[in-house]
Amino acid sequence: MPLLDIEGLTVEFGTEAAPFVAVDRVDLGIEAGEIVGVVGESGSGKSVTALALMGLIDFPGRVTARRMAFAGRDLLQLSERERRALVGKDIAMIFQDPLASLNPCFTVAFQLMETLRVHGNERERGSSKLRRARALELLQQVEIPDAGARLNAYPHQLSGGMAQRVMIAMAIACNPKLLIADEPSTALDVTVQAQILALLTNLQKDRGMALLLITHDLAVVAETAQRVVVMYAGQQVETGPVPGLFEAPRHPYTQALLAALPEHNLERARLTAIAGMVPGQHNRPSGCLLSPRCAYATPRCRAEQPMLEGDAARRVRCFFPLDASGHPTRGWRPDSVPALG
Amino acid sequence: MFTFLLRRVALIVPTFIGVTVLAFALIRLIPGDPVENLSGERGMDPERRLRLLHEFGLDKPLPVQYGEYLGHVLQGDLGTSLTTHEPVLTEFLTLFPATIELAFFAMIFAVGIGLPAGILAALKRNTVADYAVMGVSLTGYSMPIFWWALLLILFFSVQLGWTPVSGRIAVQFDIPTATGFMLIDALRSGDPGAFKSAVSHLILPSIALGTIPLAVIARMTRSSMLEVLREDYVRTARAKGLPHWQVVLVHALRNALIPVITVIGLQVGLLLSGAILTETIFSWPGVGNWLIHGVQSRDYPVVQGGILLIATIVILVNLIVDLLYGVINPRIRHA
Repeated sequence: MPLLDIEGLTVEFGTEAAPFVAVDRVDLGIEAGEIVGVVGESGSGKSVTALALMGLIDFPGRVTARRMAFAGRDLLQLSERERRALVGKDIAMIFQDPLASLNPCFTVAFQLMETLRVHGNERERGSSKLRRARALELLQQVEIPDAGARLNAYPHQLSGGMAQRVMIAMAIACNPKLLIADEPSTALDVTVQAQILALLTNLQKDRGMALLLITHDLAVVAETAQRVVVMYAGQQVETGPVPGLFEAPRHPYTQALLAALPEHNLERARLTAIAGMVPGQHNRPSGCLLSPRCAYATPRCRAEQPMLEGDAARRVRCFFPLDASGHPTRGWRPDSVPALG
Repeated sequence: MFTFLLRRVALIVPTFIGVTVLAFALIRLIPGDPVENLSGERGMDPERRLRLLHEFGLDKPLPVQYGEYLGHVLQGDLGTSLTTHEPVLTEFLTLFPATIELAFFAMIFAVGIGLPAGILAALKRNTVADYAVMGVSLTGYSMPIFWWALLLILFFSVQLGWTPVSGRIAVQFDIPTATGFMLIDALRSGDPGAFKSAVSHLILPSIALGTIPLAVIARMTRSSMLEVLREDYVRTARAKGLPHWQVVLVHALRNALIPVITVIGLQVGLLLSGAILTETIFSWPGVGNWLIHGVQSRDYPVVQGGILLIATIVILVNLIVDLLYGVINPRIRHA
């Protein structure tokens, strides 16, 4: 049984009559101790998926799912109190902008000890001295230099990398089974990015926790994750193992993302980019959501929405999935028309 | 922090001089003078009038009068009242506790209701509760104090007979003045009836005076809270699995309070000016009432001294608020 088992997760905003589907029937399974990467451009629904998982989608957002189970418990059936007991303890999350994610009015110690006060074991809940000692220990575990002095620091006295380490310390305080890292290194300097990612993967290995790594950086996923989910405009377009998915992408979007990597553009004067933007609420195409930007789009692609097809190991949402050489298959012709009937 | 304090104190000097000029000039712009007021309806012969003007120092050119006045002020001498011949400072200090008492309870009323109402409105944004709080507070803000006070008296004192109409305590209680604060003095007297009477006299004036600050605080709390609730660190607090009330009252409120504290400080000036109207209507023997009498009798030293003292207090309170701002906001403290 997977640690996290989500089927058909949908998050809608806006009115009932004209909903904006931010996350569209996403299936996501994570085994204990596994690293899964979620990649996609801004607006592809990566973060909203994670927030829905944490139960942090507010009214008027609506979260529905066919199944949403964590460690065998149905998240949809839990009361708010039971959900809160899980969130921050067994499922923890860190965010993109660490300095904004720490409360500017409270010290590092207060914010760390607060997590222990809510979720800690009985002894930790009872003794603030013990909580303080644990907070210090956690800061040392995330390799903050001079941890004792940092306990009394306020967030504005920390650098971005240091703040993200504090956030990580807060997240791992109660030994979560699943850590969600939402663009954990995006807001940081390049050198610090590598350190934070190394810290995350080390902690993941040592503690055997599962890691859901949300990023728009394919290189990060290629280095760390065992499986990857590619999202576009709220939908999963391709899922598969690393490195198989990177070696032979089957969805044109994955192919385009890979082609946009600077490493693949060494001889060119300009980086390859995907033209256009992720469609928003008011310009969603009626066919395949990628069709306006897809190099292989046919009349059929513009008229019909493809389904996510394949087995659990490798799934793709495309009428003409790419073959190993990177060309569309299943009799693709530039003017393929909708199948009748 | 130290340079911040120095800069802040240095700003007080020009403000202070401005206040003396205004107080000096404004009262002299009102037609009539103290001597004319003393003479009453029967008039006064010109010779005596000149003698009195000379005695009060009002025959000299205005710049000279201002110079002498400023000189005395700098030596701590605010002059003596032309009507009672008591030193202005003594009169002020005798009456000021009554005004503080009133302003203090008005503030408690304003913060005690305004803050929770603002939080509620922010949490229940765009619901009936929000509209109700904002509607009532807009009404309260728009209501002239004198009219609102009269409505309160008409309804609660005259119609329902719940509270007394005016004064600080019922006449049958003769309480020795020790602190000047009626509630404390009444408590010290050991007469529970006297304390009850003092409290009942305080209720309506506090409500009348506290309504506008309440409205301002409620609106400020709401908008500040709405802003803070969108912040990333509130999301972090929720991601920790904290109960909703802890997220709101610990993580959001602490940050939302920063601008609210400033606004509360600014209300102190408003409170003291509002006290002039409130005290007049409720015959509250405080400095507001005293100032009005000073203006009516063209008692120049009383008006100049009173305005100066009140302005000084407002300046000091704002200074304290600025310092408090540093206490509540670590980013300023360590800057």
